[in-house]
Amino acid sequence: MDTFPQPDQREALDSVVIRFAGDSGDGMQLTGSQFTHSTALMGNDLATFPDFPAEIRAPAGTTYGVSGFQIHFASHDIMTPGDAPDVLVAMNPAALKTNLGDLKSGGMLIVNNGAFIKGNLKKAGYEQSPLDDDSLSGYRVISLDIQAMTIAAVEEFNLGTKDALRSKNMWTLGLVLWLFGRDYQPTVEWLQQKFAKKPEIAGANVAALKAGHAYGETAELPSGIGPYEVPKAKLEPGAYRNITGNDALAWGLTAASQLAGVKLVLGSYPITPASSVLHALAKLKSFGVTTFQAEDEIAAVCAAIGASWGGALGITTTSGPGVALKGEAIGLAVMLELPLIVVDIQRGGPSTGLPTKTEQSDLLQAVYGRNGDSPLCVLAAATPGDCFYMAIEAARITTKFMTPVMLLTDGYLANGAEPWKIPKMADFEPFEVEFPTERPEGFHPYLRDPETLARPWAIPGTPGLEHRIGGLEKHFDSGNISYDPDNHHKMTKTRAAKVQGIAKDLPEQDITEGDASGDVLVVGWGSTYGAIVQAVRRAREAGGAVSHVHLRHLFPFPRKLGEHLRNFKKVIVPEMNNGMLSKMLRSEFLVDAQGVNKIAGQPFKVSEIEAAIAAALETVQ
Amino acid sequence: MSPSEPAKKLTRKDFVSDQDVRWCPGCGDYAILATIQRTLPKVGADPAKTVFVSGIGCSSRFPYYMNTYGFHSIHGRAPAFATGLKLTNPELDVWLITGDGDGLSIGGNHLMHILRRNVDVQMILFNNRIYGLTKGQYSPTSLVGLRSPSTPLGSVDMPVTPALLALGAGARFVARSVDTLAKHLGPTFIEAREHRGTSFIEVLQNCPVFHDGAWDHVKDKKRTSETMLMLEHGKPMLFGDKDGPQKGLRLKPNSLELEVVTVGEDGVSEADILVHDETNRPMAFLLAGLEPPTFPMALGVLLREPAPTYDASVLAQVEAAKQQGPTNLDELLHSGHTWTVE
Repeated sequence: MDTFPQPDQREALDSVVIRFAGDSGDGMQLTGSQFTHSTALMGNDLATFPDFPAEIRAPAGTTYGVSGFQIHFASHDIMTPGDAPDVLVAMNPAALKTNLGDLKSGGMLIVNNGAFIKGNLKKAGYEQSPLDDDSLSGYRVISLDIQAMTIAAVEEFNLGTKDALRSKNMWTLGLVLWLFGRDYQPTVEWLQQKFAKKPEIAGANVAALKAGHAYGETAELPSGIGPYEVPKAKLEPGAYRNITGNDALAWGLTAASQLAGVKLVLGSYPITPASSVLHALAKLKSFGVTTFQAEDEIAAVCAAIGASWGGALGITTTSGPGVALKGEAIGLAVMLELPLIVVDIQRGGPSTGLPTKTEQSDLLQAVYGRNGDSPLCVLAAATPGDCFYMAIEAARITTKFMTPVMLLTDGYLANGAEPWKIPKMADFEPFEVEFPTERPEGFHPYLRDPETLARPWAIPGTPGLEHRIGGLEKHFDSGNISYDPDNHHKMTKTRAAKVQGIAKDLPEQDITEGDASGDVLVVGWGSTYGAIVQAVRRAREAGGAVSHVHLRHLFPFPRKLGEHLRNFKKVIVPEMNNGMLSKMLRSEFLVDAQGVNKIAGQPFKVSEIEAAIAAALETVQ
Repeated sequence: MSPSEPAKKLTRKDFVSDQDVRWCPGCGDYAILATIQRTLPKVGADPAKTVFVSGIGCSSRFPYYMNTYGFHSIHGRAPAFATGLKLTNPELDVWLITGDGDGLSIGGNHLMHILRRNVDVQMILFNNRIYGLTKGQYSPTSLVGLRSPSTPLGSVDMPVTPALLALGAGARFVARSVDTLAKHLGPTFIEAREHRGTSFIEVLQNCPVFHDGAWDHVKDKKRTSETMLMLEHGKPMLFGDKDGPQKGLRLKPNSLELEVVTVGEDGVSEADILVHDETNRPMAFLLAGLEPPTFPMALGVLLREPAPTYDASVLAQVEAAKQQGPTNLDELLHSGHTWTVE
C-alpha cells in the first residue's frame, strides 16, 4: 500500500459533486448543509440539491425512506448541483440501491458496511450483499463500519447504542471534510450552539466528527483515493453568504415592505415546500412583519387581501394545491384591484402529487387559473438568490399597478442553496406608496390613473373617502354596482389593458447568453436557469449558433421577446412540466416553440438540455 | 371598538349611502339596516372608521347601503378578510354581516376560527333558515322536513343552532335578537360594539319570499310573553303574561336541564327562579338551545366573557419585537455566517 500523502500533496480538482444518502432518520440533510457551510467558507462556488421523501420518518431501511443531499462545488462559477455525483456516501443498502445508478463510473463510493445486515439488505431488495460480490467493481469503494467506529468514538459519553449511533452522520461528515480539505471547526461551533442545553449530545457529535476526520488523516486509504483540494473560485469581490430560495424570498418580501413604506402582513397555511417562508417571516416581527397562520389556504389569502385593503402589503405563500384553493379570492383581488402577492412554490402535481419534489407545472394555473377574464401579473425567480430580487419586483408592480402578482418559485429553488453576494439596501430604489387623503372632485374607488390605469389605494380610516368595493362588476364612471353589458365589456378590457401595460414598465427582454440571432434559441423560465446557461455555454463552445433567453416576467411578456423568437431558426423550451411556456409562446407569438419536457420531480441535468440542443441543431443544419 | 367623537353630531342620514336598497319588499333585512343606521350615530360612530365586511347572500349586500367603508367579499370568507384588516389597522370598528348559509355552511370554518381567536369585530348572523339569493334551498338552520327546491320530499338534515355553535367555538360574546324588535336589537348592537373581541349576534330574520313565518313561533305578537325570554344580567329569568301567572326557568332537580315552572304553583317562589349570569358559560349553553314550543327563546346577551383580543395580542408581539430588534435590513442580510471575497 502507498503511504498516505501529506496535506501539500493533495490532488487539486476543478469541481466535485458529492451526494450524501441515507435513511431519512440518518441526518443526511444536516450533514449536507454543514458540508455546504464549510465549503462556502473555503471560497468555492457551490450549488446544492436536497432531495427528501414526503414521509417524516419512513420505515427505517426502506428505499422510499432514503433522503439525499447533493452538493456541487468548484473553483469556477457553477450553476447547478451537478448531473452525476463523483462521490456517493451510502449509509445503508437502500441508499446504495437508489443512488448507485447516478454515480459516475469510476466514482468514489463510501459505504457504511455496518448497516449491510440481512434485514436491511432484504428491505432494499438485495439477494446478497453487493459488498460481497463484484457488482461494485466499477467504483472506488471505501467500505467502513462507520457504526462501530462511531460507537467507539463516543464511548466516554455512555449514551447507549441507539443514541450513540445518532452521531454516525457526524463521523461521516468528518471523514468527507478531511477528504476534501475542509475545516471542521465551523461544524464544531454549530454543534455546540445547537446542543447548548445538552452538552453530552454536543460532546458526542463533536467526538464523532473529529474521529471521522482523524480516521482520514491516519488510516491508510486505498491507492488513488484522496485527499483532494478544490481551490477557491474567482467570485466577484464582496461579502457573501449561503442562501436558500425560501430564506431569500422571506428577506426580499421584508425588504420590499420597507421600500414600499408599508407594513407586511402575511396570511399563510402550512404546505410543503412553502412552510419555511412562513417560519422565516414569523421570526422577522422586529421589522414590523405580521404573520397569520390561517385556518386554511382560503382564509390565508383572504386575510392578505383584507390587509391590503387596510394599507398593508398583503402576501400569501403557498404551493400549487393552495393556489387552487385560493383561486376565487385571487379573482376577487383582480376585481377589487388591490395589491396582493401570491407566492407559489411549485411542487409535483396534480393534486397532492409529489409534495417534496420540484416541478414547474403551475404556470398555466398562475396565468389562467381563475373564473372569468381575470388577468394578473406573473413573475418567476431564476435562482435561490434571485428570489430576493423578484420578491421586491413583485411588490413594486403590485403597488404601482394595483393588481395581484403571482410569484413562482419551486421546491428546487426553495431548498437549494447557493453562495449569494449580499446586496446593500441603499442600492435599491424605494417605491413608497401614497394613500390619498383628500377627496378629489368626483371621487370613486375606480377612478384611474390615466397612465397606469391603476385605481387609488384609498384605505379605510380616511375621512371623506368612504367607499364600497366588492366582487360584483362596477361601473367605469361611478364605481357603483353595474350589470350594464357595455360597461362589463369595457371594464374587462380595462383590467386586461392595465395588466398588459406593465410590459411598458419593464426593461426589454435581453438575451441571457449568446447572440441576438442564430440557429437555436433556448427559452427558459424559473429554476432551469443554471442548467440551461451551462448547456448553452457548452453548445456555444462546440461552435453551435445557440442562444438563451430566460424569462423572469411571464405575464405580461417583456417587450422584444417576439423579435428574439423570430431571429432564430428553431426555438426550444425546456420545462419541468408537460409543455406550458411553450404553449404560451405559440399562442402569443405564433412561433413553432418546441417543448423539452422533464416531469420527473427532479431538476434538469445539464447533459439533458445539451442533448436537446444538439438534436435541435441537427434539424436546422 | 372605542368610539372616536367626530366633529359634528351625525344622524341616521349620515350613515345612509346613495345606493337603492334592493331587497324584496317586506324583507327583515330592511329593519336590521334601519336599526344599525339609527344606532351608530347615537353611539358617536365615525363613518370613516366604520367598516362593514360581508360574504355572499341577501344579507351580504348590506355594506353597499351603509355610508361607511364597505367590503362585499366572497361566499363565507368575510371573517378572514376582517381578520387581515384588523391586523393591519386595529383602530377600525369592523362589523361582519353574514347569514345562515354564508356563515354556517360555506363559511363555517372561518366562523369557528374568528370566534376562537377573538378578533375584535361584531359579527351579525342574519338567520332566516333558508337560502334566499339562490331562490329558496334549505339551509343549515332549516328544520327537518322543510320542503324546498332541493328537498322536495322534505329535508332530512339535522339543523345547527348558531348560538350553540358559537359557544362551542369559544365565543366570548353571544347575543340574540329579532329583526323587527328595534328596541331590543339596537341596544344589543351597542352592547356588542362595546365588547372587546368577537361579538356574535344572531338575528332572527324573516324571508317573506322563500320562508315566510320561519320565526312566527317566536314572534307571534299575541304570544311573545310566552315565547320570548328577555335576558337581563342579574335578574331572574321570568317570562309570561304580565296579568297572568309569572313563569320562569329553573334547574330541574338532580339534573343539568332547565325546566319551565310557574311562580306560585307547586310551591315555586320567585326565589327558585334562576338568575341570569352572563359570565356563566354553562348557563349560556343551556339557554342557547331553548326554543318554543317547549321553552321560550332566550334573547339578549347570553354570554359576555372579556378576554384579550387576537389583534391586540398579535400586534403586542410585533411591538415588543420591534423594541428588541434587529430592525436594520443590512444587519439581517449579514447575520449568521458570511465571508468576504477579496
